[in-house]
Amino acid sequence: MNLVLAASAGNVLAWIVWVVAAFSLLGSGVAVISFSNPFYSALALIGNLGSLAVMYLLLTAEFVAAAQVLVYAGAVMVMFLFVIAYVGPRQESPWSGGPPWQTVAAVVAAGALLVEIVVVVGLQASGHLANDGKVGPAFGTPGWIGRVFLTDHLFAFEITSVVLLVAAVGGVILGSHTRRAQVTAEASAQ
Amino acid sequence: MSGPGVAWYIALAGVLFGIGALGVLIRRNPLIVLLSLELMLNSANLALIAFARHWHNGAGQVFALAVMAVAASEVCVGLGLVVALNRRNISLDVDRLSELRG
Repeated sequence: MNLVLAASAGNVLAWIVWVVAAFSLLGSGVAVISFSNPFYSALALIGNLGSLAVMYLLLTAEFVAAAQVLVYAGAVMVMFLFVIAYVGPRQESPWSGGPPWQTVAAVVAAGALLVEIVVVVGLQASGHLANDGKVGPAFGTPGWIGRVFLTDHLFAFEITSVVLLVAAVGGVILGSHTRRAQVTAEASAQ
Repeated sequence: MSGPGVAWYIALAGVLFGIGALGVLIRRNPLIVLLSLELMLNSANLALIAFARHWHNGAGQVFALAVMAVAASEVCVGLGLVVALNRRNISLDVDRLSELRG
């Protein structure tokens, strides 16, 4: 009896956490695309990533949640904020210039994508999504992820490292190339 | 599974993907387009991890980590492009950047 009570209390708690995280996820998502200043958008995205980490914890993906906070909310967003501060406060004039049908078409296209995802998933998978089960205590822990990464998914691991290396080299080349072009332009101006 | 089932997570991921797609389509500042792309990638990650939990299969989590690495690379190259554009004093408007010419 106590066990059943405890289980249902845990269930209610998980629902409460889920609902709060879901609202903050959607609210910060809308905030990201509606602020005109990219600095505030980036701050809203940090909130979005935090609520996503809560979702991952609810799904017993502890290592991914930690990596999300460290890699995304830490490294990637710091880089974003750095570049936004470097570029400076350029206010975008959100709706001027482009034809109004473009905005309407964008809203329709995004809505169609959403309906497609929800309807297709709902129709195709409604029968298969009902079963629930317990996973082992090791599921999602760093040790387990490390073992899976270095045994079953070693190739994906190596490819990921190559992709990161290529992106780093590309970033350096993009930066150095423009600097060289600028220096030659200044030299020819003198 | 205690708490909401996997269908709730998938619906949430779908809505988040729609918000991100809307941001990519209607915003013209490349920085905000990049942020909206992050939203879309993260919604895909949420779906992957929900399915990994549902099928008790670790491949979804491993793939989500690979998606994170690809997203970091994309941000690196995208922000490199934004900085390069800013150095050349080209206006940051994706509608005016429709040609791949400096």
